[in-house]
Amino acid sequence: MSQPSTTPPGDVEGTSATSLLRFATAGSVDDGKSTLVGRLLHDSKSVLADQLEAVELASRSRGQEAPDLALLTDGLRAEREQGITIDVAYRYFATPRRRFILADTPGHVQYTRNMVTGASTAELAVVLVDARNGVVEQTRRHAAVAALLRVPHVVLAVNKMDLVGYEESVFAAIAEEFTRYAASLGVPEITAVPISALVGDNVVTPSAHMDWYAGPTVLEHLETVPVAHDPSDDVARFPVQYVIRPQTPELPDYRGYAGQIASGVLRVGQPVTVLPSGRTSTIEGIDALGAAVDVAWAPQSVTLRLTDDLDISRGDLIAPAEASVSPSQDLTATVCHLHDSPLTVGRRVLLKHTTRTVKAIVKQIPSRLTLDDLSQHPEPGELTANDIGRVVLRTAEPLAVDPYADSRRTGSFLLIDPADGSTLTAGMAGDAFAEAAADAADGGRAAADDEGWDF
Amino acid sequence: MTTATATGEPTDSPYALSHLDALESEAVHIFREVAGEFERPVILFSGGKDSIVMLHLALKAFAPAPVPFALLHVDTGHNFPEVIEYRDRTVAEHGLRLHVASVQEFIDRGELRERPDGTRNPLQTVPLLRAIEDHRFDAVFGGGRRDEEKARAKERVFSLRDEFGGWNPRRQRPELWQLYNGRHAPGEHVRVFPLSNWTELDVWQYIAREKIELPQIYYAHEREVFARSGMWLAPGEWGGPREGEAVERRQVRYRTVGDMSCTGAVDSDADTIEKVIAEIAASRLTERGATRADDKLSEAAMEDRKREGYF
Repeated sequence: MSQPSTTPPGDVEGTSATSLLRFATAGSVDDGKSTLVGRLLHDSKSVLADQLEAVELASRSRGQEAPDLALLTDGLRAEREQGITIDVAYRYFATPRRRFILADTPGHVQYTRNMVTGASTAELAVVLVDARNGVVEQTRRHAAVAALLRVPHVVLAVNKMDLVGYEESVFAAIAEEFTRYAASLGVPEITAVPISALVGDNVVTPSAHMDWYAGPTVLEHLETVPVAHDPSDDVARFPVQYVIRPQTPELPDYRGYAGQIASGVLRVGQPVTVLPSGRTSTIEGIDALGAAVDVAWAPQSVTLRLTDDLDISRGDLIAPAEASVSPSQDLTATVCHLHDSPLTVGRRVLLKHTTRTVKAIVKQIPSRLTLDDLSQHPEPGELTANDIGRVVLRTAEPLAVDPYADSRRTGSFLLIDPADGSTLTAGMAGDAFAEAAADAADGGRAAADDEGWDF
Repeated sequence: MTTATATGEPTDSPYALSHLDALESEAVHIFREVAGEFERPVILFSGGKDSIVMLHLALKAFAPAPVPFALLHVDTGHNFPEVIEYRDRTVAEHGLRLHVASVQEFIDRGELRERPDGTRNPLQTVPLLRAIEDHRFDAVFGGGRRDEEKARAKERVFSLRDEFGGWNPRRQRPELWQLYNGRHAPGEHVRVFPLSNWTELDVWQYIAREKIELPQIYYAHEREVFARSGMWLAPGEWGGPREGEAVERRQVRYRTVGDMSCTGAVDSDADTIEKVIAEIAASRLTERGATRADDKLSEAAMEDRKREGYF
């Protein structure tokens, strides 16, 4: 296995490779999510002196004695005035073990779309519940969004344990109910942690109040959860972004296909098919941002050179010859509608899939899904903002789309308003939930995996 | 937001990517996406470290071909001479095309008025928007990072601006997966932030890893400074020192590089990249809080300026 030489040997001090975890948080308005995020930043020493000073000042001016950690994360003036978060905000922090990107999403009902947005790039989702209320409709909705977006890891943070006397039985009941539900939706990995964001129990430092809990704190789990699954398990996909042709006297014939590997592993010498044309060639060279390599994998941005001079342009997909995909003009998907104007049957839209944008028409909306109980509403006629539903589309040109279950990158798409360019809808090709969820709606129960916590 | 430098973790897979490789791949993807979807992109280039890293990534994204974008510098007229020299040398070295939008020219024509405090950073918006309009730029790359400030935490990678250059946080498009929507009406443009997900420490680690040359004022050096508003400022024609402000020689370096009137130096003996990284990792002040007077104006200062069309 030859490694790409993008990182020079002989590590510069302080530039040691660490990994990057993207995760999202979801919680209802009063679950204390801002406090949890503030606590994570504060206790991991990611809040610097001047930021803390500003928070202390603002807290005092509001007559609060202790610094309100929620103020660390409430960004825009409108939100500060309303005391809520209105959009996805991205936070950055690091520990010696890992770099984190947090998509902080509000959890109230009208903002499903924000949670879908935050979860779309997340490898882990933290779902927050209030220990006093347990699993409520919102919690089930958050679990469903995580399952729908195929977020590989879910953490259930049972907050406000201080208000239920740090009772193990309260936590255990909530953890069991949630795990059973999330597993039935096909969430592959669930970890439950009893916390108090306000006091600081089990967020960064282990709680002195809950001897009965022997599992990791939230931060420990974030630091140790596997970041990415093995790309060699996936079929390779390479959407062409841009064709590099210097046409200089030194490089008169250079043609490189630039893009980011969407999934899997590519090797020099590998036979490939170019879609939608179906022409075949072989990978002659891989340039990994300045270094010639023999092998490259998702999500590296590289440039491929092929042995044959084919007519390839932005929007084409390069795939292994033995594991190609059949381009089609018919697409059935689960979507989350994002825009204030409804998505109606017959509406003409633009569809952006990987690096290709084509015209499309909404042929059918077979059903709308209620996330609270996964009930289906047949033929709703339209989807309004924050609705999740099934949609059948017909595209003007064939697209090489994979099931979203196989590839979040080549199975996802956007619908765009051709008139003003607004992003209307986020789509996921193929079935909504993993196999385990197929019978969840009619009371089927998947076996709960109880390795998520340790009493 | 930074903590201790990374000590790394055992990679459990031959396919592991370091955080810098992941961020680099993402930024390159963003540059190529813009090249594929826009007619007239431009990179905002100030000679500061973030724009230098942006240019480095753009060079990598299109190699062995040249970068298919021009550069634009909004020159306040109060720039450090070392930075202007670096800018011109870099442009020549890579055969790039540089457009300069000059705040001074707008003041001389009476289209902008000097502020009583002498700071020119807020005056950059008008020349920037005029340049975008005159050259019909449809995508404008900025070095802004979401970790810099609370209003920026909500910024998109592709940020739509109306015909007045304004940013409306409620009108921003949802951004999902790695699917960026760059569609815009004539007269509108899109600001693109390839370093959205980078932190200050990431930028410095990347500069070290890639051995990128920076203007010397980022490293510790002796210079004449005077104290104002709790910062070390450099004397110059921009309006300092005033009466009663004593000039002294100190060993300092700059953590950010901007308008001389509001960019403060910090006491430092970090004269190599390794020392700079160690200093930043241990620092207890955020980048802007320490050295940018204009961001301290109010809790909502950045939000207000972004609405008007600032970077």
